[in-house]
Amino acid sequence: MLHGAVLRSPLAHARIVSVDASAARAHPKVVAVLTGADLDERGMAWMPTLVGDVQAVLATDKVRFQGQEIAFVVATDRYAARDALELIAVDYEPLPPLIDATTALEPDAPTVRDDLPGGNRIFDWSAGDKEATDAAFAAADVVVGCDMVYPRSHPAPLETCGVIADYEPVGGRLTLWSTSQAPHAHRMFYAVLTGLPEHRIRIVSPDLGGGFGAKVPVYPGYVAAIAASMATGRPVKWVEDRSENLMSTAFARDYHMHGEIAATADGRILALRARVLADHGAFNAVAQPSKFPAGFFHIFTGSYQTKSAYCEVTGVYTNKAPGGVAYSCSFRITEAVYLVERLTDMLARRLGADPAELRMRNLLRPEQFPYTTPSGWQYDSGDYPRALRLALDMAGYDELRREQAERRARGEYMGIGLSFFTEGVGAGPRGHMDIMGLGMADGADLRVHPTGKAVLAVSVQTQGQGHETTFAQLVAQELGLSPNDVEVVHGDTDRTPFGLGTYGSRSTPVSGAAAVVAARKVRERARVVAAVMLEVAADDLEWLDGKWRVRGDPDQALDIAEIARAAHSSLELPAGVEGHLDASAVYNPPNLTFPFGAYICVTDVDPGTGEVKVRRFIAVDDCGVRINPMIVEGQVHRGLADGIGIALMQAISFDEIGNCLSGSFMDYLLPTALECPSPELGATVTPSPHHPVGAKGIGESATVGSPPAVVNSVVDALAPFGVVHADMPLTPANVWLAIQAAGRKE
Amino acid sequence: MKITVTVNGTDYARVVEPRLLLIHFLRDELGLTGSHWGCDTSNCGACVVWLDETPVKSCTVLAVMADGRRVATVEGLASRPVLGGTGLDPVQEAFAACHGLQCGFCTPGMMMTARWLLDHNPDPTEDDVREAISGQVCRCTGYENIVRSVLRAAKLEGGDPAEQRLRTDPPQGGRAVHQGPGHVHR
Repeated sequence: MLHGAVLRSPLAHARIVSVDASAARAHPKVVAVLTGADLDERGMAWMPTLVGDVQAVLATDKVRFQGQEIAFVVATDRYAARDALELIAVDYEPLPPLIDATTALEPDAPTVRDDLPGGNRIFDWSAGDKEATDAAFAAADVVVGCDMVYPRSHPAPLETCGVIADYEPVGGRLTLWSTSQAPHAHRMFYAVLTGLPEHRIRIVSPDLGGGFGAKVPVYPGYVAAIAASMATGRPVKWVEDRSENLMSTAFARDYHMHGEIAATADGRILALRARVLADHGAFNAVAQPSKFPAGFFHIFTGSYQTKSAYCEVTGVYTNKAPGGVAYSCSFRITEAVYLVERLTDMLARRLGADPAELRMRNLLRPEQFPYTTPSGWQYDSGDYPRALRLALDMAGYDELRREQAERRARGEYMGIGLSFFTEGVGAGPRGHMDIMGLGMADGADLRVHPTGKAVLAVSVQTQGQGHETTFAQLVAQELGLSPNDVEVVHGDTDRTPFGLGTYGSRSTPVSGAAAVVAARKVRERARVVAAVMLEVAADDLEWLDGKWRVRGDPDQALDIAEIARAAHSSLELPAGVEGHLDASAVYNPPNLTFPFGAYICVTDVDPGTGEVKVRRFIAVDDCGVRINPMIVEGQVHRGLADGIGIALMQAISFDEIGNCLSGSFMDYLLPTALECPSPELGATVTPSPHHPVGAKGIGESATVGSPPAVVNSVVDALAPFGVVHADMPLTPANVWLAIQAAGRKE
Repeated sequence: MKITVTVNGTDYARVVEPRLLLIHFLRDELGLTGSHWGCDTSNCGACVVWLDETPVKSCTVLAVMADGRRVATVEGLASRPVLGGTGLDPVQEAFAACHGLQCGFCTPGMMMTARWLLDHNPDPTEDDVREAISGQVCRCTGYENIVRSVLRAAKLEGGDPAEQRLRTDPPQGGRAVHQGPGHVHR
């Protein structure tokens, strides 16, 4: 096997005058060097992104961000490949970089994409009713507004991205061992890019070391490894290092938002308005399937009875790494929830109202579901007040407020922060959502062996969410089997049915539903066989306690194992009945599922040092029916830690010439066991009416819901200083600066 | 340079470049891919192994520094399975029972640190556990179930009768990883 390494640009913006790889090619351990020019000959120097833009695989004209891919060295070992990178001479003509997104549309701003006609503007997009919203604002008693930045962050899965590309030239088959959250979509992508037929491409995505959205896109390193394997006829392994991961793969967020909330004097929310500048980096490579360029951002009315809402989003190019949708964000719902939950807290402050009471007053009521939001989303089910009440009870909210008052009197700064969120997860339906024209529907194949043991093959790809357990339980429940008797196969395009993969919390809402539908088909096939075995009509059988039983004579019963054995036997079956029990399903969800939750974060802030300690985190989640509560809680644990990291310590930042200042875990901080308190979890269960077992997605809820709870808590702690808002990350320095900027005691 | 390293009780002699990192030696030269590489900067701890009796981050140890010394990796944590048992170390049993891993990438390093902690502090508090793993990063669990796993492993080894059903072997202590040659092969 050969090993690949990527030469990356040290500059954020520069024209490439020349690339001389002759010295690298002469290195005794180097087998091949690919440059942009080499890929151009194969038509592979540029590749499509998942949303209709193009991205350079290896730069041919100029480099557009620090860390961009320029050349790919293939050597006999990984150290030699790295050595040879040093031997490649690149002549750059530096160009002024565009780093600050807020200047991207100024007339004298450097043009990032001179290969496109539109300058730095990617899109202008709006949603909602502008006139009605403006009218509501004009008539409102109170209007509160704020500029806020959701900083650029990075999902930083502990395993970086990598691939082994193995092109076998005689048979013309390409096998990829790859870090992919969407193996089937990637296969189609590579088929289009390489011209190889899909049935000769196999993608194996084995156990992934985390993904969180970072492993949805196709990265230049994968494509370069494929090109290198096709050029050498040998398998090529490429694994990025941590700096490459943080500097070049999908970042998340980077939304510059101005939000406004309008309300009556007694605290009824009337309308919301938002203007957003979205920094997409050098290529528009967001990994999101909706037809909306800002993803699901226009769900920003959140969980409240807002009459009208309007948002405008402008996307721009900058000389920074591409991305924007990743890190468990539910396609920009993270940014939307942050906006509305910060504004709600600011409104409470302005009115002198308690933030919990204000939320309770405005939450949607259970009888309003299914509920259509002013921007067109239809929430499937919910009992929001119940979830908030539970969270307040668990926290001992009134007691916390009393403690806070006592501490303030002593000069101690304790914060209590709330957030209430509604998510929309489980993309499609395929009519509205697709990737490269591939609709968001997923398949499931269920085989039942003669002994009644089952194998379920699914299109989604676990990154630690425990699909093997959850999906086995789903099938076992439908068929009266033990979960131990159901094997779940995933992550190999040769062994699994087509589907779009795991992201946006869609596995249980879509693939889990497909598994249930397939299992119910198996059950119906079993019914016909059981009727023959019991010598009754199929209509005389009912499914009860895991067996087909004769109505009125329930002891006359057969379980799936008995029926499966017979279905594979010489038993005479009626004409038209095929035998065996295997079944397939493709599930096209009728709508998203809408999980929700109420979070409370208690912090202690040292105003002298700016240090924030998260003392308690209370999280009540409602993700409908919980198939495996332990796994659900594990997902929430992670998201709460994400919230602490995002709110308090993480940002991918740049200096004025575009040097990435967050290229290692020494600069891009991750929360450790010392920063994460033991969370207190609660649950309410409001089943989804359209999911076969009533389940909703849970993978991203806590990552979406927790950052505003942390920020609200810190801002609450700093209220005596007059702080009304501070942008994330609330590092000690930023907290201290916020206190100094407020500069007064209330 | 020629080096001889005793890994999980087996001696391995190899000629290596002086710059070769211990993590790459273990994974690429010996095929012991249980230890993971995650960051290059000693921050994440996915690569934690024991060098002699001490947990180290093997991404910042040169293979030549392990010459003549003992290395213990996650592959050596379990003993050879006996009939009716898994042979897993109580730490491994507890991680499985408490959902102490999700993607599993940090798990080998976490378990090696947990094993070391329990060898030196058989009855740790929650704070002790958090302190012990604070030099390591997990992106999936928020640490909660890792902490629960380590505390449960301590209970398992302390012989709490309620936990007996989980035990498949006598407690291994730190000795499991040094049980003599022969139980780890490529």
